[in-house]
Parts: sequence; structure tokens; C-alpha cells
Amino acid sequence: MTRQDRLAALNALADERILILDGAMGTEIQNRKLVEADYRGERFADWGQALGGNNDLLNLTQPDIVREIHADYFAAGADAVETNTFSATSIAQADYAMEELAPEIAAEGARLAREAADAAEADTGEPKVVWGAIGPTNRTLSLSPNVEDPGYRAVTFDEVRDAYAEQVEAMAPFVDFFLIETIFDTLNAKAAIKAVLDLRRAGTVPGDIPIVLSGTITDASGRTLSGQTTEAFYNAVRHACPWAVGLNCALGAEELRPYVQALHRVAECKVLAYPNAGLPNAFGEYDQGPGEMAGLVKEWAEQGYLNMLGGCCGTTPDHIRAIAAAAKGGTPRKPIEREAAMRLSGLEPFELA
Amino acid sequence: MTQPRAIFVNVGERTNVTGSARFRKLIKAGDYPTALEVARQQVDAGAQIIDVNMDEGLLDSKEAMVTFLNLIAAEPDIARVPVMIDSSKWEVIEAGLKCVQGKSIVNSISLKEGEAEFIAHAEACLDYGAAVIVMAFDEEGQADTEARKTSICERAYRILVDQVGFDPNDIIFDPNIFAVATGIEEHNNYAVDFIEATRWIRENLPGAHVSGGVSNISFSFRGNEPVRRAMHSVFLYHAINAGMDMGIVNAGQLDIYDEIDAELRELVEDVILNRRDDATERLLDAAERFRDSGEAAEETIAEWRSLPVAERLKHALVKGMDDFIVEDTEEARLTVERPLHVIEGPLMDGMNVVGDLFGAGKMFLPQVVKSARVMKKAVAHLTPFMEKEKEELGLAQEAAGKVVMATVKGDVHDIGKNIVSVVLQCNGYEVVDLGVMVPADKILKTAREEKADIIGLSGLITPSLDEMVFVASEMEREGLELPLLIGGATTSPAHTAVKIEPAYSKAPIVHVLDASRAVGVVSKLLSDEQRDGYWQELKAGHAKVRETRARTQANRSRVSLEAARKNLFDGGDHTPVKPKNLGLTTIDDVTLADLAPYIDWTPFFFAWDMKGSYPSILEDKDRGEAARALFDDAQAMLKRMVAENWLKPRGVVGLWPAQRVGDDVRVFADDDRKDVVGTFFGLRQQMEKTGDKPHFCNSDFVSADKPDYIGGFAVTSGEADAEIAEQFRKANDDYSEILFKALADRFAEAFAEYLHERVRKDLWGYAADEAYSPEELIKEPYAGIRPAPGYPAQPDHTEKATLFDLLDAPARTGITLTESFAMSPAASVSGLYLAHPDSAYFAVGRIMRDQVEDYARRKGWSIEEAEKALSPVLGYEPDAEAAEKADAA
Repeated sequence: MTRQDRLAALNALADERILILDGAMGTEIQNRKLVEADYRGERFADWGQALGGNNDLLNLTQPDIVREIHADYFAAGADAVETNTFSATSIAQADYAMEELAPEIAAEGARLAREAADAAEADTGEPKVVWGAIGPTNRTLSLSPNVEDPGYRAVTFDEVRDAYAEQVEAMAPFVDFFLIETIFDTLNAKAAIKAVLDLRRAGTVPGDIPIVLSGTITDASGRTLSGQTTEAFYNAVRHACPWAVGLNCALGAEELRPYVQALHRVAECKVLAYPNAGLPNAFGEYDQGPGEMAGLVKEWAEQGYLNMLGGCCGTTPDHIRAIAAAAKGGTPRKPIEREAAMRLSGLEPFELA
Repeated sequence: MTQPRAIFVNVGERTNVTGSARFRKLIKAGDYPTALEVARQQVDAGAQIIDVNMDEGLLDSKEAMVTFLNLIAAEPDIARVPVMIDSSKWEVIEAGLKCVQGKSIVNSISLKEGEAEFIAHAEACLDYGAAVIVMAFDEEGQADTEARKTSICERAYRILVDQVGFDPNDIIFDPNIFAVATGIEEHNNYAVDFIEATRWIRENLPGAHVSGGVSNISFSFRGNEPVRRAMHSVFLYHAINAGMDMGIVNAGQLDIYDEIDAELRELVEDVILNRRDDATERLLDAAERFRDSGEAAEETIAEWRSLPVAERLKHALVKGMDDFIVEDTEEARLTVERPLHVIEGPLMDGMNVVGDLFGAGKMFLPQVVKSARVMKKAVAHLTPFMEKEKEELGLAQEAAGKVVMATVKGDVHDIGKNIVSVVLQCNGYEVVDLGVMVPADKILKTAREEKADIIGLSGLITPSLDEMVFVASEMEREGLELPLLIGGATTSPAHTAVKIEPAYSKAPIVHVLDASRAVGVVSKLLSDEQRDGYWQELKAGHAKVRETRARTQANRSRVSLEAARKNLFDGGDHTPVKPKNLGLTTIDDVTLADLAPYIDWTPFFFAWDMKGSYPSILEDKDRGEAARALFDDAQAMLKRMVAENWLKPRGVVGLWPAQRVGDDVRVFADDDRKDVVGTFFGLRQQMEKTGDKPHFCNSDFVSADKPDYIGGFAVTSGEADAEIAEQFRKANDDYSEILFKALADRFAEAFAEYLHERVRKDLWGYAADEAYSPEELIKEPYAGIRPAPGYPAQPDHTEKATLFDLLDAPARTGITLTESFAMSPAASVSGLYLAHPDSAYFAVGRIMRDQVEDYARRKGWSIEEAEKALSPVLGYEPDAEAAEKADAA
């Protein structure tokens, strides 16, 4: 299938049923109990610092594992998988002194997912889609890391935009969507959006690779880490003309529900959600089993709150299989037409009709 | 509706250096804290959007814009509303757009420099995600008449909507509000021109909004606030009716239209609507009568300022406002005996309210950070007084101790940490606060440079838990001996005990539940008398937590003993081989020279904390050199040991007819299989299994129905070891002493390996043709195992008593058992021989109460005795279950 055919086929599927996104990459990698040497592979055997935990590097050193995880998720019923590129930016890779390798890691991650998707597509005859995952990086544009100096920023908008542009360009040949995700600071996401739009305007990436955005509500306050409400976040990123907007990470399905509902009420595009497998226990581990999680999201599917479901931290192919089964009886959300108005936001939404 | 919808949007204009002299002065003086207060007051007064303008010739406008917007981002009370980024310079606007996470408004773009630039700027606004104000301005200049205003706006609208792809709802036209009543006749219709252009735009350019800078209209009445207020209100009243839905206006500079003095309103209306030629003169004549003495008091401020001082401090902390904090703190200080009481009293009370609101989701993080900042200012004011007090009381000047505090890498949450810092500082400790997102190396480096006494780590998000473990392991690696405090919402005593403490052994680790406990903990850690006792207490507590955790963990996935037994290992059709030498065989013909080739060197390096397998460890990049030196020394001593026969190895092997009965193995005196001389008891795995993996028990490797056999052995590398070790000790040669002991251990293990081979090939003889080199044997490629009591496959150490009894081991080898079933000499090994070709080593893991009860019955023990013997593998909490049962009964 060409990318355009695949998108059309996916859109057609989306009218019929709730689409399924994959689950956590990190959890699956963790389950393989890789050690430092596995992360290093031969190529980075002598790298000057520890590489364990640099999951994105596995695109270069353990491609079979990455491809296998994608294949597992497709086999579990995912329509789309996220590339293993959450931290494939020069900013995030700086932790490992691998800034220079970021584009290669991004490109390889996208290519591996493409291979897995093509194989799954050939097997099933259904569109199997690759979402180029663009994470938040480990720096925030709206928050000062220094309590004494609230006006200080550890990074500039242009630096973040440039890092994202590098990642986007590297992934573009292989992906069907750009997924700007786990947005805890909307300004970082806006830098990512700017990167995509700039590259489109320059003709460097095709204009028809849609953007998907997924925000992260961090706690009971119902806000992103940078303080925005769900709707304020939506207003702030709507200019990306996203194919879908959603929420992921930080919360389990139970806690995320009110915010999914909030998004459902305002989004003019498709809505997705991929919560964590519950809240982490005292050890940062996720205990919620596939059945329990699927039971929680089933209600969203039945209520027609969304168009796509998946899983974030702690979820596995078994979770996705259970969620896919639970979503079967659901009704895909119909995009809403909202009354014309100017919709702005600070930390809170603002509307002027 | 998701929120109240605005009909007219009031944009605050006080944060505009061109519109507010006060704000201009503050910015030029770099007084950003006060400038922020201006913004806050506007939002408090009802501004739904705030306009920020830094266009002033003597300012670096771009830098001022960026600085102010970044500061606003940290002020949730202000940042909750959208920002209007106002500049005539595009580069200032673009710099501003890079600072706002919400969707803001750009003020403004226009056709002044032609279409190309207009389009470029509009596209950028689209890509940054901002609405735009379009000035009615083109290549010819600013539009003044209704006709010019409407034609420019229409042209701009078509370009934006049709060419750039702008959402028409995100377009706001500013058709220019100019001053009226200036005395110049051409100006008299300006208000009408604006109002009529507004009406046209709203009717003909769908979606578009209309805005304007309202205060311009009254420019000629500067100094006469009542008249200006009336003019603003009257103008707005009519413009809003025509469709103006946004305005830059100071909410404090507005009257309610219906409440304006009737005479004044009439006069103003004549001017605004250009109803009579002498309107300006009439208003000028009357204006002086309406001038009043001052502006209305700022009621909201007055209100909370009248509260008692403790309430005011609380209010300031909860609201994060620091403009009165110093004077209020001072006032509070004068009412109490010691400055510290202000902190412990009203300030901590206020912070507790903040904590409660945060916990309930009613305050969110940036607000709390703000509160902490206010707290800091209050404490800063009190510090000199506390120091003075200390001086007066003759207390030592230096701090009681120094604590390095940090929120770990990857985490920006620091309230808890800040509160702890404050509390510690208030109690005389010096705190070096590294802020948030602090990498481990910086924490360690600072701790070393500052000669800190304690390190405190904080974090709120779950990945911080791992980062804390990492910091702890780095402290271990770098040999830092500093107590470690752990705090933050996701941290827990359990995580601290299970994950962090095992990573760091050099000093105490304390999970600090909340700030109130920090002082007690720190003072104990820094007290010479209390520290060691406290550390022991902490360690014991952590150990208990770990045990409980392990049990509850294990609890999750256990199967019943009955089910486990049904899934035992099936020996299949293997036919047991009868040993050549049934009964006991004493082994005293072995020398160290015989055993040396059987030594497995990997555990030898482990004993020296050099983890890595032999021989590759000799080539290790970091440890190779040390490993080679150690190995050379070991080889030298080994040579002497062998040459001089330092040790006399002795051993015994027993081989007996045996039969599996349930989970146990009966041992018979001879092949008549009538006289039972002993029983080896077995423990069976109860963990959940996947696939067809059996629940192993050692006994499974002995047949229940075919005549089978079992063996046992005990070996020691010799009895002289203690004596020789003592010689080294007397010579103060610790190194050689440890080396010798480690080698003696290796010889004992080598003996076990050697003897096992001899048993397989000769004494039992079931593998007479086996031909492995000693090096190959280390990998255990052969058939059969030699599991030892007290090890994972049979964790019950008391089984050694049976084995030693059957082997007559003390008499034949000199090895004895201590009361806790340890073997003496230490360099001894004992175990069973199981010959089944598929026998394998396994770990029993956690076992449940059903098996413990069954095992106790078989061994003739009470439950309590069984639980004691099996305590390391109990999969449940004995006391807890007993208590539960008692409760139920």
C-alpha cells in the first residue's frame, strides 16, 4: 500500500470501529532483561559512558528485538505502532553523549517499525500504520529548573525546534504519522509542531503526513506539568490541524477518565487515549492487568468518547489484545462541529464567539 | 459550554510600557517582581487577556519581552489567562511567541510594509499557533475614515482566509481608535468612524473580531480620571453595540455606563457620537467640576490587608504574593518571643494549608512553588534576627551541619525539598540547595566540595525512584560516606528499604515522610552518640520491610502444595544404576596437588569483590591489573600450599539404597530395603509455573517404584587452616590470611568436584566412561547433581544433621556441625548425590503455609519449629496469619 492508500484505508476503518494503538515499548524491553552489554552491542562496546536504559539506542544495537516488539503488538491487534524514538533527539540523547547519533537512531527506529508494519500488512491485508513517536525531551521550555530564578530556561525554543526538526526529517521516509506525545509542557509540543510545519513549508517532508498530539495530565489537579487544563492544551495545539488529539501516560485509565471526557467534548478531530496500566506502586511498577485495564476503557469505547485506544507505561501485548477485544463493541466517536469562536488559552481555556 | 463565554473581552493594558508610566519605570529599573504584581492586579481586577508591550527606545525590547513572559509562566495566577504579545517590531513578537505555551494573540501585523511581509508574518503566527490583531494600516498609512478602515480590513481578511489559510475566528481587526475632543475639527468623527467600521466588519467579514485601544479616545483629558472613565464607558457602550468584542482597557478606568452622572454622560455622549459641533467645548467647560481627588481604593487588597497578621501571612503564602511578606513577617516577629516562633507558627501553618490544597488537587504545582518562594523571603527576613539571637545566647556561629539538597535528574518537583530546606535552615542547619533536575554527578561533586554532612534527595514522579537508586549507587561507587535522606510524594519506606538501601552501604539512609520529621532525623544523624544506634535501628527496620515485601510479593503467585505435587518431575523410564560401592567410603588418599586442577577461580575473585568471570577478568579494562596481581599472589601461595602440604583433605562418601515416598526419600541400610536408616526430607516449589515445567523437589530425582539409590558426601580441605591463618594474623599479614582462607575454600569446592567425578566414574559408577577435563567440569556437563542442605534446592539446614549422621562424618573427616548447622572447619562442603540423568539444580523459592504444616508433620516438628527453620523461604508472614486466625476465632 502507498502511504496515501494506507491513510485512506485507516480512515475508512476508523469510521467502522475503534482503532487500536500499541502498548509500552519500555515495558517490553524491560521484560527482555537486557544488560549494559546488550545496549552497547559491538558498535558501542567502548562508548565512554553507561548506555543501559537508552532504549532508543536499541534501534541500532538490537534491531531484532525492536522489530519483534512491534510485531508482537501488531499480532495483538494493533492498527498502529509507535516507533522506538521517544528520546531520539539530540537533546534527549545528550544524556548519553549521543547527540550526533540522534538522527540515525530516529531513522532506524522508523525503518524498523515500517518493516514490522509492512510484514503485518502483508499478513492481514489490513492497513498497518507507523506513528513516528516524538517525545517531550528532558528539558522544559515553560519551567525553570532553578527555583531561585523562575525566569531562567535550560533550553531555548529554537534549540528544541531544531532538535525536533532533525528527528522529524529522519523519520519522514518511513512513517505514516508524526506523533507528538507525552506532552507535559505544551511549549515543547509547539516547538515540535513548528518543526513539522517548517519542514512542510520547505518541502523537506511531505505535507500529507498528519500530526497526532497527545498530552499528559500529571496529577489530580487535572493539569499538565506546565499547568494547563486539558482544554487549554487543546486550544494551544489545535493549529497543528491534528488528525487526532489525545492523552497518555502519568495516569491509569481510572484517573484519566474525566480528562478523556473533557477532550471528547471539545476536540474537532479524532480522539485517542493510551493510559498507563494503572498508577505505579511504591516501586514505580505497574500492576494493572490486561483484564482490569480493558474493563475500564471498554466503557469509554461504549460511550463513544474516542476513536483510538492503546496503552502507555506498563502495558504489554496482552493488554493491547484485551483492549482490542474490549473496544470491539464500542462506537467510534464522531467528530464534533463546534460553534465558531476564537479559542485561546493561558493555563486555562478562553473563548470568544 | 465548557466555560463562560465572553461577549466583550477586556484586555489588561497596564503591562504596556507605552501605556503605563509606572510599568515603564519598573521595567527600565529591572524591577520585575513589582512589574509582575502589576500583571497580577490586572488579572485580579478581571482582565481576561493581558497585553504585554515592551516597545521603549531605551529598552532591549526583545529581552524584556522574553524575561517578562518567562516570569509570567511561573505565576499561575497570571499565566492562567492568554497573553497578547504587543510590539511594533516583528522580532520582538516572534521572540515572545517562543515563550508562551498557550494560544496567544499577536498584536499586531498589518499591510503597512506590503503583502509579502504581511503574509510571512501571518504564516508564522499560524505555525506558532496564535490569533492575530490586524491593524487597519496599509502601504498608504493608517486608516482614519470609515471607508479606509473597511477597505483595508476586507483586503487583509481575504488574504488571511483565502491565501494563508487562517481561521477567520482567529482574526481580530483593530480599526484604530483615535483621540476625540482634541480641538481639531477633523478628529470629531473618529469615534463614529470606528464604531461604524466595526459594524461593517462584523456584518461582512464573518468570524472576525474587532478590538481597539480604548484609552486613546480620551487622550485629551489626561489628568481628569472621572471624565476619562466616563468617555471610555460611553465609547465602549456604543462600540460594543456595534460589534466591538475586545478592547485594550484598564478595568480600573471604567465606570458602569448606567451609573455615570447623567449630566456627564450626556456631555460625553455628544462628543463620542459627534452629535453637536460644540460638544468638545461643553465637555471641557464641565470637566473640572467632575474631577475628583483620587482613584478608587483597591478594594480587594484593602480587604485582606485588614486581616490579623497570622491570617495575612497565610493569605500571602496561599496566594504566593510576596509584596507585603516582609512587613507582615516583621509584624509577626514583634509579637513573639523568638524569631523562630514565626516560622514554626504562622508560616508553617500557612504552608500546611498549601500542602493540603495541593494534596486535594485544588492548588497545582507552579502555585506551590510560588508559595515556597514567599516562605523563603519570610525566612530570609528572620534569619538575621535568629543569628543575632544566637550570638546573644553565645551559641556557636557555624551551622550545626551542612545538607546538600536536590531534586533528582529528570524531575522538576521540589516543594517538599524546599520545605525541608527551609525547615532545616530554620533550625540552624546550612542547606546547599541545588534546585531541580540535578544529575547525580553534580550532587556528589557538590557534597564533596561543600564538605556536606548529609545529602537529601527529592522527587515526585516515579522515574525519580530509579534515579535515586542511581544516585545511591554512585555514592557507593565513589565511596561517599554521607547519610542520605529520601523524600517526595512517590518515595516510600518500602522503596527506600528494598531498592535504595541495598545500593548504598556506607552510611544511613532515611526515608523522611514529611518535612516535620526532617529536623529530628538530621539531628540524630549528626549526633556522635546517637548516630550508630539510629543506623542500626534503620537497618533493622529496612530489613524487616524487605522480608515482608518479599513475602507479600511471593504470595501473589503460589500454588497449593497439593497442586504442586500433582505437577512433580516425572523420572520417566530411566533405570537406576546400582552403585559399585554401597555403604561408606572414607577418602583420605587425596592431596592438594590432586585437587588444584579442579579449582574454579571465578568464585575466588568474587570473594575479593571482583565480580567477573575467570579468566576474562584478568584482561578486564579496569580491573584486569588488580586481578592479575591477585592471581599471581594466589598462584604463589597455592604452590607453597601444595608443595608443603599445608592442608590434609579428608572426605567421606555414602551410597545407599533409597526410595521416594511423597516428597521425602527413605534411606535403607542395604539392598534388602527393609531397614530404614534415615529419611531425607524434601521441599517442593510452589511458584506458579508456565508451560509444562514441573514443581521440583529433590526427591523427584529418586524413583518411587524402581529400586533406586542416593548418595551423600562431606569433604574438607583440611583441619589445619585455622592454625596457619593464625600465623598470618600474628604477623599482621591480613592479605595473606584472607588469601589463604579463600584458597582453602577453593580447595574444599575443588574436592567436592573431584570427588563427584570419582563417584560417577567409580564409586557409584553410573558414568564410568565419562571423560571431561577439570575445566569442563566447572560447567557441570555431567549427569547427576550434588545439592547441599541449606542451599536453594533444600533450604532446611537441619537436614545436614541426618546427612552427617548417616555419613559418620565427624569421625571419618573431622567435620562437625555447630548448633546452627554450620560446618567446621569452614572450608568444608557436604551434599547429596542424585544420579538421575535429568536431575537439575533449582531453587525452592517461597513456600506456603500448607507445605510448612505438612513438612512439620513429617519431621515431627511444631509449626513454630518449622517456621523458624524455614524462615528464609516463608511465603507468608507467620505472625500475621496467626493473628488473623486468632481474630477470626
